[in-house]
Amino acid sequence: MRWGFGRTRYSISAGLYAIGTPSSDSPVLVTANYKMTFDILRRDMHGHDAWLLVLDTKGVNVWCAAGKGTFGTDEIVRQVQKTRLQQLVNHRILIVPQLGAPGVAAHKVSKACGFKVVYGPVRSSDLPQFLANGQTATPAMRRVSFTFKERLILTPVELVSMWRQTMWSVLVLFILGGIGIHIFSFTAAFNRGGAAILTGVLGLLAGAVLTPLLLPWLPGRIFAIKGAIAGLAVGFLGVILLRDSLNWLNSLALIMAVSAVSSWCAMHFTGSSTFTSPSGVEKEMRKAIPAQAAALLVGGLCWIATAF
Amino acid sequence: MSNLRYLENVVTLELDVEKCIGCGMCAEVCPHGVFVIEERKARIVERDACIECGACAGNCPVEALTVKAGVGCASAIINGWLTGEEPSCDCGGSC
Ligand code: SF4
Ligand code: SF4
Repeated sequence: MRWGFGRTRYSISAGLYAIGTPSSDSPVLVTANYKMTFDILRRDMHGHDAWLLVLDTKGVNVWCAAGKGTFGTDEIVRQVQKTRLQQLVNHRILIVPQLGAPGVAAHKVSKACGFKVVYGPVRSSDLPQFLANGQTATPAMRRVSFTFKERLILTPVELVSMWRQTMWSVLVLFILGGIGIHIFSFTAAFNRGGAAILTGVLGLLAGAVLTPLLLPWLPGRIFAIKGAIAGLAVGFLGVILLRDSLNWLNSLALIMAVSAVSSWCAMHFTGSSTFTSPSGVEKEMRKAIPAQAAALLVGGLCWIATAF
Repeated sequence: MSNLRYLENVVTLELDVEKCIGCGMCAEVCPHGVFVIEERKARIVERDACIECGACAGNCPVEALTVKAGVGCASAIINGWLTGEEPSCDCGGSC
């Protein structure tokens, strides 16, 4: 499961596992105790013999755990010693996934426990070929990709990770939607609040689904701008489709709000992408958040004005 | 992949060529092909592709590389701003 909640349930115990019927000459593959990582690795290594040294990463995948340091030098050394690996295998080589490298210092592992770290390919599906090549990776195996399919898989993750913000927004929009010439009315709360929530959902879809999928084709490098453009397009489309029931204030509110929400969601997609640097994201956010807030404010004011 | 690039000239990666012994570890661990090894020295060829993951610096045996490593994730950075701590990666299942 890739979903945000209840992730700790998807962990397995740390320690040593066997794939096939490994001997003392079989390779040792290091991995995280995130259940999905473990299952994919087992699937990709089907038909081969190997040892699996599973680290305790608290049920987090290799890349994230390496960033936190739970997939790291100390935990590798600890598991090597705990499982008495040196008595089990004749060689002194650990194959560590390349995406674990941010947490691991290869030279420190070998100093501490005598095992040499060899970095395996980025994708576990390349492992059989990597092993057949005498444990060498081709340049393509070393590179992180970010294909349409990979982005598609991540979009539900994006939507789920936004659920808390979404719930709060829904509540606020209902309350604001009820305010009008009758001071507060529930009919208005449902009609106007409902319309605003729909607007928010449009923004969410534009920013968290459309933007990731169209990423390479949206102009610019800044995620917030890509998201704003997708939001503008969706907003205009909405205005054209609903032109009979919207006045100019409503239309402006719709376009502004969809763009702002879309831009905000797209900015959050930086965390799921595979080619953004923290320095870059921080720079982008310092510029983008005030603009998003301003657009949302204009949209919100227009929307409230239509109630009177 | 080469068509997806992020912002230019923001990356904190530095290489001290004097210290470098040309072992090639940085080129091996980097997921974005930032380094090449030429004449027994590392050279940065794709600076703007760096995502500041810290793998190269951590695996350089002679500490020739420095980078301000962190997570390039908006939620984490907002958390960092709010709590005044270093951004930490607690976002979703994917990061
Ligand atoms: S890891 Fe360090 S010493 Fe080795 S090539 Fe890279 S910079 Fe040079
Ligand atoms: S920090 Fe990561 S992405 Fe940047 S050069 Fe080093 S290994 Fe490559």
